[in-house]
Formats: sequence, structure tokens, C-alpha cells
Amino acid sequence: MTFRLLTASLAFALAFPLHANAQTPEERGLEIARTADARGDGFGDFQADMRMVLITKRGDQAERELRVKTLEGKGDEGDKSLTIFDTPRDVRGTAMLTFSYKTKDDDQWLYLPALRRVKTIASRNKSGPFMGSEFSFEDMRGQEVEKYTYKYLRDEACGELTCYVMERYPTDEHSGYTKMVVWLDKAEYRTWKVDYYDRRGSLLKTLEASDFSQYQDKFWQPAKMSMVNHQTGKATDLFWSNYQYDTGLSEADFNQNSLKRAR
Amino acid sequence: MKKSLLTASLLVMPLISMGWEFRGEVALEGRYFTQDSPYPEADYSTNGSAYLKPEIFHEWNDRDDLFTFIPYARVDENDSERTHWDIRELSWIHVGDGWESRVGIRKVFWGVTEGRHLVDIINQTDQVDQVDGEEKLGQPMINFSLVRNWGIVDLFILPGFRERTFAGEEGRPRTPLPVSDDALYESSKEDGRVDFAIRYQQYFSNGIEMALSHFSGTSRDPLLIPQNLTSAELQSLILTGVLPAGSDPEFTPLYNVIDQTGLELQYLQNGWLWKLEGISRSGQGERFYALDGGFEYTQVGLFGSATDLGWILEYIWEDRDDSLASPLASDVLLGTRFTFNDVASTEILAGIIYDTEEEEKAISFESSRRFGNNLKATLEARFYTDAADPLSPSALYRDALRNINTNPGLGPISRSDFVQAELVYYF
Repeated sequence: MTFRLLTASLAFALAFPLHANAQTPEERGLEIARTADARGDGFGDFQADMRMVLITKRGDQAERELRVKTLEGKGDEGDKSLTIFDTPRDVRGTAMLTFSYKTKDDDQWLYLPALRRVKTIASRNKSGPFMGSEFSFEDMRGQEVEKYTYKYLRDEACGELTCYVMERYPTDEHSGYTKMVVWLDKAEYRTWKVDYYDRRGSLLKTLEASDFSQYQDKFWQPAKMSMVNHQTGKATDLFWSNYQYDTGLSEADFNQNSLKRAR
Repeated sequence: MKKSLLTASLLVMPLISMGWEFRGEVALEGRYFTQDSPYPEADYSTNGSAYLKPEIFHEWNDRDDLFTFIPYARVDENDSERTHWDIRELSWIHVGDGWESRVGIRKVFWGVTEGRHLVDIINQTDQVDQVDGEEKLGQPMINFSLVRNWGIVDLFILPGFRERTFAGEEGRPRTPLPVSDDALYESSKEDGRVDFAIRYQQYFSNGIEMALSHFSGTSRDPLLIPQNLTSAELQSLILTGVLPAGSDPEFTPLYNVIDQTGLELQYLQNGWLWKLEGISRSGQGERFYALDGGFEYTQVGLFGSATDLGWILEYIWEDRDDSLASPLASDVLLGTRFTFNDVASTEILAGIIYDTEEEEKAISFESSRRFGNNLKATLEARFYTDAADPLSPSALYRDALRNINTNPGLGPISRSDFVQAELVYYF
């Protein structure tokens, strides 16, 4: 008995450091990213409402409201999503259709209701602000594992939880960032905080997520996301509500016909 | 007053709660013309105008059925023709499994280019409303749309023709002669002819988008023919070369029956959006072809700021006889758009259309920004340079009689440069 326990612990002691040594910080980071990504897999489809509060350095506020519908891509396909703008009122009825891909630029179309016209979005605008906010287009889109390389840094306490802290480097040359530092909790792989470093390598923005709820007994979503720009003093809060899964969306809800009647 | 308001809200309130949505926009527009008008009837330099466009929506059957009603009305200070109303939309859309039917009065846009909307043909242009031709009149239609893996096919039955609107004698800009309300039609059914159209569009994941369309019916573009002279007046014109006093010269719009095939192509690669639109039309003189092709490219984050600078360059070409040619027969469009990506969504768009044959230039400048959540202001200017003065009515008739038709170019709208401010309130 004692002997077997001893051999077991010996074997464990021998095996564990060997295992840790075999995995580089880069591999560890990738593994964490994959696990986090896999935890979001299988959602099928979801819809949510978003309220965006833009806050200037002086504290003035402006609001935007929009709705998002997303259909999960099957197999290797990327997700499809429809974003419908409700306010400010001059853009009401404007809708954006996005086909995202894992390894190439997304296809995007914008429906302009006044002209009844669908326009292809040509700009490779990744770093530009989304609706004048502190969130850029690349912050708003899906964070596919393939679009970054990773490096695990350390474990660190984050609130009552313990977090993995890792660095993430965009592979896209048009990204507005050189690196991001990400805090994910070890229990559920939720992203609590991200530091964004600009192309010169200085700290640009910090994102903090809070008020997580679990849906379908599986998917964790934050009710609030706050982005602070350290260089301009401006900030944007996103308030998510009305999260709904399994709403019966299908491919038919993500084509040019449905874009034109999205409202 | 109070009672009727109460009754109205009693009527409207249950509608809202039953999935009805009421919204709209109201706008004030002021124009300043920088030159004297060539027409004595339109001898003013400032003009005020306003429009109201309410929108009523209703959806039911889990959004498989949608009802839309959008009436539109404009009042204009000087031009009684520009004071007009229209039903922009009154339609019912039903969504089926892989298909959609859309019945009623609607607006449909086809096309990819910015310079000239060649392929776009379903709706008539509300020319009197906006000189850029982007405003359209509502078109009655039965449209059936089929969605398949291999593309989207749209079939249109278009009963009821809409005549183009034109500025009146007191309008600025206006046509050299007033346009008669009594149009001529090639079809014996006149405006009662039922037109047909079909369009196929497909998107490929390698960045290519294409559409092919065909329209068979009454042309939306009329030919304007100088008419309405008595035989005595005509005699006098032939003898003296001048219209006699007291004559009432007019353009009569002639709407031919045409067949038009259109192609739209778009290719997106590395941020460059290449565009091509082409048509072939028969039924208005000899068969002719017209093309508009070019590209759009956006420089993102100009000088490290949040501002994007977009570039548009297009060449517009047409092989039609001069007599029937559009002013855009061999033109280059260069456009730039500054998008500031700020809270107010500030934008500045500047464009120049240069006629490589007549050397005329049409320059436009548009800027807009939002104030608060419900108000949007736009500032716009249009200048026409090196444009010949419009022909006098006598000269127009002389040319028509001799069967000499010169490309009018920008002549008809010369000396109508203007600066415009508009304030739109969204409710």
C-alpha cells in the first residue's frame, strides 16, 4: 500500500515537471485560448440587445442602441451576424450583415434604408472606431483563435477568482494593436479584462467585463463591458440585455433579402 | 382640439401596443443661388422648402409578414411643381421558406456605382425633389423573390407607370422649356401598360458579386420634344426663326417602350472595391450601350487619427447618338469622402464630374453631422462650371425643326449653382 502510494507520487513528481517543461508558454497560451473558444462552441444561434454609452473626457454622454443576431458557423465556417441600428434616429433601420472567416477578411454589407441600397463595405477598417465609440471594429468582432498567437504569462488572483494571464498578438497586419494582455478565470474561462497596446507598443485601452450570467447552463455573457482609452481619457460602456439562445435563426436570416427587411 | 388629440391618441395607442410602429422625419431646407437665373419666371436667389415623411410599420406572424406605409409631402416656396406629395411605400411583404413576395408600392434599388445609376430602372426619378436623381417615386409592383444557394432571383410585374417629375417654370434648376403634363406614350395603353423585370444576383466568397437584369416596358427616361405650337406659330418660326409673341412653347415628354439588359459586377480585393455597371437598351432610337466603371478605396486612420478618407474614381461612357445622349456620355467622376468617425458622425463628401468632350464640370460638396440624438444637419453645394448657357426657346425649336440635335450637356442647368442647408428632425 505504502509502496504503491510512494511509487504513484514518485511517478507523479517525475511526470509533472516533465509535462510542464514540454509545454512552452506559447503552447500553454494557445491551449487556454482553445479551451476558452471551445466553451463558446455549440451555441447555435443567439440574439441580444446592446446599449452603448459614449463618455467624453468631460463626462458628456451619448447613446446608441442596436440589436445583434448571430448564427454559429458549422464546422470550419465562420459565424454570420446581423447588426440592426435603432438609435441615433438618423441611422435607424440601418443594418450590417457580416460573414466572418477564420483566416481571411470578413465580408460585410451595409443596408442604407433611405436609398434602399445594400453597399459592400470595402474598407479594411479594423482599428477604426465602431460608431464613434472606444470599441474598434476588431474589438466588436468574433475573436477566432486563429487570428492571434499566444503566450501564457502567469496565474494571478482576479477578485475572488484565479485568472490565467496571457498575451495575445494579432496575426493580421491591419490590426490596430501589437499586443493584448488578457485575464481569463480558471474556473469558467470568462474574459474579465484586456489591456490593449497600440502599434507603438504603449498601453492604449483597457476593457473590463462584469455582471456575467450563464445561459443554456453553458454560455457565460457579461451584462456590462467598459472600455477606457488611456490616451484620450474617453470611455465607452456597453450594456447587454435580452440575451436569447436557440431562437430558431437559420441561414435564411442572413442573406441580402433578410438584410433589406431587418429593421 | 384637445378632444381630437385625445381621440387620435386613443386610436393610435392600441395600434402601437399591437406591434405597430410609428416614426418618421421632417425637414427644413434653405437654398441660396449664387447666380442670376437665366429665366425671368425664376428670378429669385433664395428658396425655402420643407418635407414630411412619416413611416408606419406593422409586423405579425413572427415577422414573416411586414406592412409598411410611407407617405411623403413637400412644400416649396417658389416652385408649385416641387410642392408635391407621393406614396413612397405602401406594401406587404410575406416571407416564405426560401422565397418572399412583396406586393404594393415600393422602392427598389439596383446597382453598384456612384457616378451614374445605369442599371437602376424599377422606380421613376422624383427629379423635382432632388437634382441628384436619388429621390424616387413609389412604384406599384408584384415582386416575387427566390433565394437559392446559386443566387437570388427577383421577378417583377409592374402595373402602373409613373411619369417623371420636373421643375416648373418658377423652379431652380429647371428645364429650358416647361415640361407638359400631357406625356406621349409609345404604348397604346399609355401609362396603363404592365411592365416586367427580372434580376439574378449572386455573391461568391472570393469577393466577387454580380447581378444580371432585364427590363421590358416603358422607359423611365423620357425624350423631351419641343411642341405645343399652333400651325400659325410654327409658320412664323420657320419664316423668321423666332417664336412669335404669345406662343406657349413646351417640352412634351415621350416615353418609349424599351428593352434594357443590365450587368452589375463588383470585385473586392485588399480593400480595393472594383465596380462596373453596363446596360444595353433598345427601343429609343438605335440600340445603345452605356458603362460606368471604376473603384473605391479607403485610407483608414488618416495621419494616425480616427478619420478615414475614401476615394472614388469612375469613368462613365455611352455610345448613344448625340441627340439623345445623356450629359454623362464621356465623363470622369472623382470623389473623396472624409469620415471622421466621431460621436456626431461628421462626414464631408466632395465630388467632381468632368465631361471629357465638352470640358464642363459639375462640382458637388456635401457635409453632414448629427446634433444630439434626433437632429441631423447637412450643408450642400453644387456648382456647374464651363457650362454653356441654355438655348433660348426659339433656338431649341429651330434645332428641332432642322433635326439638328446637339448634346445639351449641362446647358439646361447652367447658372443654377446653389448652396443648401438642411435640418432633418427624426421622430
